[in-house]
Amino acid sequence: MGRVVTPVGFGPLRRKEDLRLVRGRGRFVDDIALPGMLHGAILRSPYAHARIVSVDTSAAESHPKVRAVLTGADLAARDMAWMPTASHDVAAVLACEKVHFQGQEVAFVVAEDRYAARDALALIEVEYEPLPAVVDARTALDPDAPLVRDEQPGCTDNHIFDWESGDAAATDAVFAAAEHVSDCDLVYPRVHPAPLETCGIVADADRIEGRLTVHATTQAPHTHRVLYSRIAGVPEHRIRVVAPDIGGGFGNKVAMYPGYLCAVVASTVTGRPVKWVEDRSENLMASSFARDYHMRGEIAATRDGRILAVRVRVLADHGAFNATSQPSRFPAGFFGVFTGSYDLRAAHCRVTGVHTNKAPGGVAYACSFRITEASYLVERLVDVLAHDLGLDPARLRMDNLLRAEQFPHPTPTGWEYDSGDYPATLRLALEIAGYDELRAEQAATRAEYERTGRGRLLGIGLSFFTEAVGAGPRRTMDIMGLGMADGADLRVHPSGGAVLAVSCMSQGQGHETTFAQIIGHELGIPADQVQVVQGDTDRTPFGLGTYGSRSTAVSGAATVVAARRVRERARLVAGAMLEIDPIDLEWVPGRWQVRGDPTAGASLTEIAAAAHSGLELPDGVEGHLDASCVYNPPNLTFPCGAYLCVVEVDPVTGEVRVRRFVAVDDCGVRINPMIVAGQVHRGLADGIGMALMELITFDPDGNHLAASFMDYLLPTSMECPSWELGETVTPSPHHPIGAKGVGESATVGSPAAVVNAVLDAIGVRHADMPLTPAQVWRAVQGRPLRPDLAIR
Amino acid sequence: MQIRVSVNAAERVHEVEARLLLVHLLRDELGLTGTHWGCDTSNCGACTVWLDEVPVKSCTVLAVMADGHRVRTVEGLEGPGGLDQIQQSFIECHGLQCGFCTPGILMTARWLLDRVPDPTEQEIRETISGQVCRCTGYENIVRSVRHAAESEQAGWSDAEQAGRSEAGQSAWSEQARTGQSGWAAS
Repeated sequence: MGRVVTPVGFGPLRRKEDLRLVRGRGRFVDDIALPGMLHGAILRSPYAHARIVSVDTSAAESHPKVRAVLTGADLAARDMAWMPTASHDVAAVLACEKVHFQGQEVAFVVAEDRYAARDALALIEVEYEPLPAVVDARTALDPDAPLVRDEQPGCTDNHIFDWESGDAAATDAVFAAAEHVSDCDLVYPRVHPAPLETCGIVADADRIEGRLTVHATTQAPHTHRVLYSRIAGVPEHRIRVVAPDIGGGFGNKVAMYPGYLCAVVASTVTGRPVKWVEDRSENLMASSFARDYHMRGEIAATRDGRILAVRVRVLADHGAFNATSQPSRFPAGFFGVFTGSYDLRAAHCRVTGVHTNKAPGGVAYACSFRITEASYLVERLVDVLAHDLGLDPARLRMDNLLRAEQFPHPTPTGWEYDSGDYPATLRLALEIAGYDELRAEQAATRAEYERTGRGRLLGIGLSFFTEAVGAGPRRTMDIMGLGMADGADLRVHPSGGAVLAVSCMSQGQGHETTFAQIIGHELGIPADQVQVVQGDTDRTPFGLGTYGSRSTAVSGAATVVAARRVRERARLVAGAMLEIDPIDLEWVPGRWQVRGDPTAGASLTEIAAAAHSGLELPDGVEGHLDASCVYNPPNLTFPCGAYLCVVEVDPVTGEVRVRRFVAVDDCGVRINPMIVAGQVHRGLADGIGMALMELITFDPDGNHLAASFMDYLLPTSMECPSWELGETVTPSPHHPIGAKGVGESATVGSPAAVVNAVLDAIGVRHADMPLTPAQVWRAVQGRPLRPDLAIR
Repeated sequence: MQIRVSVNAAERVHEVEARLLLVHLLRDELGLTGTHWGCDTSNCGACTVWLDEVPVKSCTVLAVMADGHRVRTVEGLEGPGGLDQIQQSFIECHGLQCGFCTPGILMTARWLLDRVPDPTEQEIRETISGQVCRCTGYENIVRSVRHAAESEQAGWSDAEQAGRSEAGQSAWSEQARTGQSGWAAS
């Protein structure tokens, strides 16, 4: 026991991380207690839209345990009332003249304990003058819509951006000539990543040293350090950001939140460390949500089912501040991959972003920058087309998928898919599921239902997705002007053990194991002799962090390159040791040996010891094997997958039960198949959640109606089936070990499979998520609701 | 007010406010940070501990309600011989990812196995349905609990267990390839 990881190379190794976590010895942000630490709490707006007439903090300040109260005016005096967002907008830190959404931060209290801080919130008196709110993106551009951002000079409407992708004229021409066009209005409702650990920080501003140390729930420690520096004016070299164990992120922990900055300011003001940790309601109300896209999609085809083109119009609700965390050049993220996995002649989309009086954000929730929306759209459109043409949806997909020989594939919207064998992937899913037998069973079930009026209807739903992960390249992809690249520093000790420091940051993905395995694979040393350091800006190289499944695709590539540089240095040292030209050495795992003479050589351990010894070293080797790499990806990687969901629907009650879920993923080379499977399981559960249960919704005044787990329903063990996985492997041609990344694939691919299955069961052409029992029942009755109107 | 609580078999006397929640007593006053705080509404189960012999959600239990009672947390699972079988099984079967929900789930799972030594999949799923996990999709949690049950039923020693772990790892590849659920098949 205790031996968790030893073998060398790729394989399903048990994780290094688990020993501390199963003992309750993980160290999450809220577990950190510093001497003299104060506790922060945030007063939040009860209104979605209101002028602030006055804020009186005197009673709170005189509470015996309160040490400071911050308001927007206090921050304005420090030029910190507003902060830049990742999308070239600004967001209020503490509201000054007005509040823009319910739950917005208005004041920050620090007190000796967390209960006293909460008590003091009730002592702050804020006088509001309520304003009409705009809650529905579809009315946000009406001439008489309330203006969300009227504090901005020249603000005349709620419009944020228009963004286009593809060739409009070519697409229109294909549509004009097409034999058949299907269309569909879809809503991808607002949902929330809801990591189980909420956001939090322990900020420690050391006045003597002039240093700021921050322990925070962040997926991107280096990005956060840059932001703290820009906003708080502390030089970057005096800031240390530490992300300890993180209890899930899913995109929610990319952004900078007001609570973080308030804690930093409060620590500066009081001279004491300040902890601030959200409660669940705050997390659901005010931290980055996801989705909220209204989409109109059209698909052109021949009458026999050859898909020709896709045309899309999107209304994107970005809430009160445009704070999406995605590459600056893509206002709608990578929505441009909405052509999915199909061989199209033309495609075009136009996305319009609008402000509403709702929480800001629009993050990728376990999805690479809006690909979940894009994937859902095209996979629903294909099913609608199949419905309209009376074709089998599996056959329709198989006939239109890109073929293996078409890779690398330039898409009509300007992306280059790297590799894949889509038909083989779909075929495997259909085989595992026993598709033909399922269709036969479905027919029998439906006949029985029609004869007796009783029983459950069987539904079979398919989706095929192409993900786009591993952002950069840095030339075209940046966050806040920071190019999307990642670093790895590898040190090899005289003992032959290694320390790898990476710029990505695990939130449960098992980096400590996976990255040790990469080193093990490249250098032939056991994974348990590799220590992986992450999440500490003082100890790790600069890089943009973990989101959009970037870790393996970018930091993993940096790690491979660094390891190969170590190997090449080891070759030079081995040459000196063996007094032989290094060109005559060949690498066998863990060892350089003389070509043609397996008895002569040196192991990496011997070479590492020699490199640190008094041995006369060749030019270019200064005395150790250490190497580093900053990896700038040449292209995104494009994992794909075929998912098949089988549901049973009770048409009388609207209840849906997921009976089976088959998922075949191609994420390129799998470093740790056990961890890959775990990542896929997670995303499949996400799909069930979003398709059937999850919904952040508001009343017409902008009151948030899902601010706890009693209202925001997440899938549990009872809603999830036992997953059935399969795999195909097409290595990415440009990743140094052919890995593509998988963390978000299943979240992208699964919602459409579930929705397609439910609608297949009840024979309805379209109804919007979440397909709650009420929504399914209404769909059966022929009158489904929009999710923003849905009664739960 | 003063309360006397036995936490992981150690007697504790504490001066607490009447409103102090058990989760905060454990985490902030006693430094037992393995118990996590996730939702405030008894929905997520990350704060699950045993009060006497019964799992409770310590975010909605007042510390004073534990006065005169026994509390067991994840830190109290490990015995002198090392990890509890349920902890070991979660490692074997990849039953955790970020690990935030894990302590609560371990407490609930241990409770189940103490009462139902050979639970069915359905019994496991029903028992842990009050625990939210955002990382695993639950399958590997169910497998972990089944694996613990099987190990305890068979009375495997640690050494045998370690041997089986190697086998378990190859079974993993098999499962990943065939899409067969290991525990369901066994």
